[in-house]
Amino acid sequence: MDLNLSATELTFRDEFRSWLAANVPKGWDARRDQSMEQRFGFLKSWQRRMYEAGWAGISWPREYGGRGASLMEQVIFWQELALAGAPPLANVLGVGLVGPTLIAFGTEEQKKRYLAKILSAEEIWCQGFSEPDAGSDLANVRCEARLNPAGDHYIVNGQKVWNSYGWAADWCQLVVRTDPAASKHRGITVLLVEMKSPGVDVRPLRQMTGETEFNEIFFHDVQVPVGNVVGKVNEGWDVAIGTLMHERGTLGAGIQVTYRRNMERLIELAQQRERNGRPVSEDPVIRQKLAQCYAEIEIMRWNQMRAFSRISATGVPGPEGSIQKIFWSELNQRFQQVAQELLGPYAQLEAGDPLAVDDGAWSYGYLRARGNTIEAGTSEIQRNIIGHFVLGLPKSY
Amino acid sequence: MEFGVSESQQILKDTARKFFAGECPMPEVRRLMETDTAYDPALWQKMTDQGFTGIIFPEEFGGMGLGVVELALLMEEAGYALLPGPLFSTLAAGAIIDACGSEQQREKYLPGICSGQARGAVVFLEAGASWNVSDLKLSGSSGKLNGTKIFVCDAATADLLLVPCEDGVYLVSSGTPGLKITPMKGIDPSRKIYSVTFTQLPAERLCGNLGGLSRAMEVATVALTAELAGNMQRVLELTVGYAKTRKQFGKPIGSFQAVQHMCADMYLETESVRSSAYYSAWALQESASDASVAVSIAKMYASDAARNTGNRGIQVHGGMGFTWEHDAHLYYRRAKASETMLGDATFHRERIAQLVVDSKTVSANV
Repeated sequence: MDLNLSATELTFRDEFRSWLAANVPKGWDARRDQSMEQRFGFLKSWQRRMYEAGWAGISWPREYGGRGASLMEQVIFWQELALAGAPPLANVLGVGLVGPTLIAFGTEEQKKRYLAKILSAEEIWCQGFSEPDAGSDLANVRCEARLNPAGDHYIVNGQKVWNSYGWAADWCQLVVRTDPAASKHRGITVLLVEMKSPGVDVRPLRQMTGETEFNEIFFHDVQVPVGNVVGKVNEGWDVAIGTLMHERGTLGAGIQVTYRRNMERLIELAQQRERNGRPVSEDPVIRQKLAQCYAEIEIMRWNQMRAFSRISATGVPGPEGSIQKIFWSELNQRFQQVAQELLGPYAQLEAGDPLAVDDGAWSYGYLRARGNTIEAGTSEIQRNIIGHFVLGLPKSY
Repeated sequence: MEFGVSESQQILKDTARKFFAGECPMPEVRRLMETDTAYDPALWQKMTDQGFTGIIFPEEFGGMGLGVVELALLMEEAGYALLPGPLFSTLAAGAIIDACGSEQQREKYLPGICSGQARGAVVFLEAGASWNVSDLKLSGSSGKLNGTKIFVCDAATADLLLVPCEDGVYLVSSGTPGLKITPMKGIDPSRKIYSVTFTQLPAERLCGNLGGLSRAMEVATVALTAELAGNMQRVLELTVGYAKTRKQFGKPIGSFQAVQHMCADMYLETESVRSSAYYSAWALQESASDASVAVSIAKMYASDAARNTGNRGIQVHGGMGFTWEHDAHLYYRRAKASETMLGDATFHRERIAQLVVDSKTVSANV
C-alpha cells in the first residue's frame, strides 16, 4: 500500500499539467456559441490540439497513436483534465469506447482505416446500443440486419434511442440482431455504420434540462458492407459488453475531481452568503450536510483508488465497478440537493436571470443529476449486477 | 500508486483470520460474553504469543514495529470474529503511552503491553460524554485525581489505565488505593464497559509529547473503524449465505430484488468502510496532510454504515435474525456500541466541518 504517486507517475502528471496550463483556451466555458454545431467545431479543434501534442487516446497502444499509458496514468489524465477545467473531447465516445473496442476486436484493416481519425477528431463516432425495448435489458435488441442476396451488404432496419452525439457523428458503432432465431445473447452482431448512409435519420430528444444530449436514430433499409462487421457475426454480445466495461473505467476519476471542485465552490458560497445575519457556513445543520457530502466525495476517491489498483493487478475491470456507478450517481443527487438547501430560493434560478448564482449552474446541476442514476446503467441494474455477479445470489430476472 | 494489501500484509490478515476462527469461534464469544469481564487469560496468552498487542509498537520494546495499516488489518479480523476482551483497549492505551510518554515511561510500560503482561484501558468520557479533549474537566493539577469517568471499555481487566484530563494525560495502575471500578450495563456484552471513580488518587503524569494525544486517539479511531469493517463483512457474509439457502415461494429469497438490493447496499457500504479504514490508516501512518480529516470521514461513515448493514442483515434474516440464538444481534450490538465510541457520525461531521468548511482555502486533493 503506497498511495503516493511514483516518480514516473509524477513526471507524467507534471508534463500533462503544464501542457494544460499552456493550452486550455482561456475563458472557454464562458463561450456563448450560436449553435451546437459551432460549439462542436470548437471542441473538435480542441481535440485536434490534444491529438497533435499526443494527449488524445493515451491508453491506446503506441502503434495506434496512443501512449500505452498505464492505468494509473489514465486516472491522472482524467483528474488533471477535470482539475484544469479543460473542455471535453469532441470524440469522447470514439476515443474512450469505440477505439478500444476496435483495438480489441477489429481487423487490421479496420484499425488502419478508423483509429487515427478517431484520435484526431476527423471522424466523430457515436454508438447505437439502447432501443425502446432494450434499455436495461440490452440483449433484447430488435434492430435487425439481414444479408442482401448478393451477400456483400447487410440491410439494417430498426430504431435506436438514448444515442449521444448522433447529430454530429460520422460513424456509429451499432448493435444489431443478425439471427432472430438464436437465443437472446447470441445472434447479435456489431456493425460500423456510416451516418450519412441513405436511410439513416437522426431525431434529437429534448431532455428535462432543456438540452438535447440524446437522439433517436431510425434505420430504414440502410446498406452496410459486410466488411464493417466487428468481431464475429452473431457473437457481437461479447464485443458490446467489452465496450461497456470500458465505460466503467478510469473516467470516474475525472468525475470525482469535478465533484471536488463543485464541493469547494459550495463551501465558498456557504462562507460568503448569509442567512439570519450570519454566514450560512455557521448554520449547524448546513455544516452537517456539507461535511457529509465532503466525506462521501473523499470516500468515492478512496473506493476508486482501490478499484483501480485491483484493475492494475488483474488487468480487467470487475463487476465490483458497479459500486462506483451507484456511488457517484447517488452522491451527486444528494450533493445537488444540499446545494439547493444552502442557496434557498436562489437555487432555482436558471442561466440568464440576474440573481442566479453562478449563472444558473446549480439549478442546472440539480436537474442534470436526476439523470445520473439512469444513464450508463440504472442503479437498479447495478444492484442486480452486484447481487448476482459479485455476491453470487440467484438471478432475479 | 498502489492501494492494495501487500503480500506480507495479506499474510498477516489471513493469519489473524485463522487464529480468531480457531481460538475464538462464536460459541467461545458467547461463553465469554456471559462472564463478568469477557476476558479469558488463556486466549489472551495465545494472542500475545502472536504479538498482536505489540503490533504497532517499536521492536526495542518487544513490539512488532508495524504500521497503522497493519493495525487496521488486524482489527478488521478481530471485528470479523467479534473478538471479546481487551485487545482494542490495550492497543489504544499503548498508543497513548507511545505518543505521550517520556522515554523512561515508554521503556517502563510499553514492554508490558507488547508482551501482554499488562492490559490497558482508555479512561476518557466524563458526564458530558463529549469526545473533545477540550471538554475534559477532570484535572490532576493538585497532584491527585478526584472524580468519575464513564463508558470505559475493559477497565476491570486493565493493569494500566490511561486517563486524559484537562491538564494532560495520567497513568493509573490497577490496585492503586482510591480507584473504584463499577460495571455499567452496556448494549454490547462482548465488550464490557465501566465507570471509574478516583478518590484522592495519586497518578503519574505522562510527560513526553502531550500533543501526541490527538494522534493516539486517531490511531484508536482508525482501529475501531477497521473493526467495524470486519463486523460488516461478517454480517454481509451471514446474510448473503442465508439469502441463498432460505426458500420462500419455492425460491431462494436472495432471488427477490427487494432482498438482493439490500445485500448490494450492504456490500457497497462494507467496501466503502474498508476503503476508508485503509486510507485513513495509511494517511495517519504517513502523516499525510489530510490524515485528521480522513480519520473523521472514516469513523463518521462507518458509524452510520455499520448500523445500516446490521439493520439490513437482521431484516433479511426475518424472524430468525430477531432471535437470541442467531449471531446477527451480537454484531448489531457491537456496531451500536462502537457507533458512539470515539465519536458518532454527528460528532465527526462537525469535526470535518471545522477542518474543511472553516478553513480559508480548500484545494483539490489529487
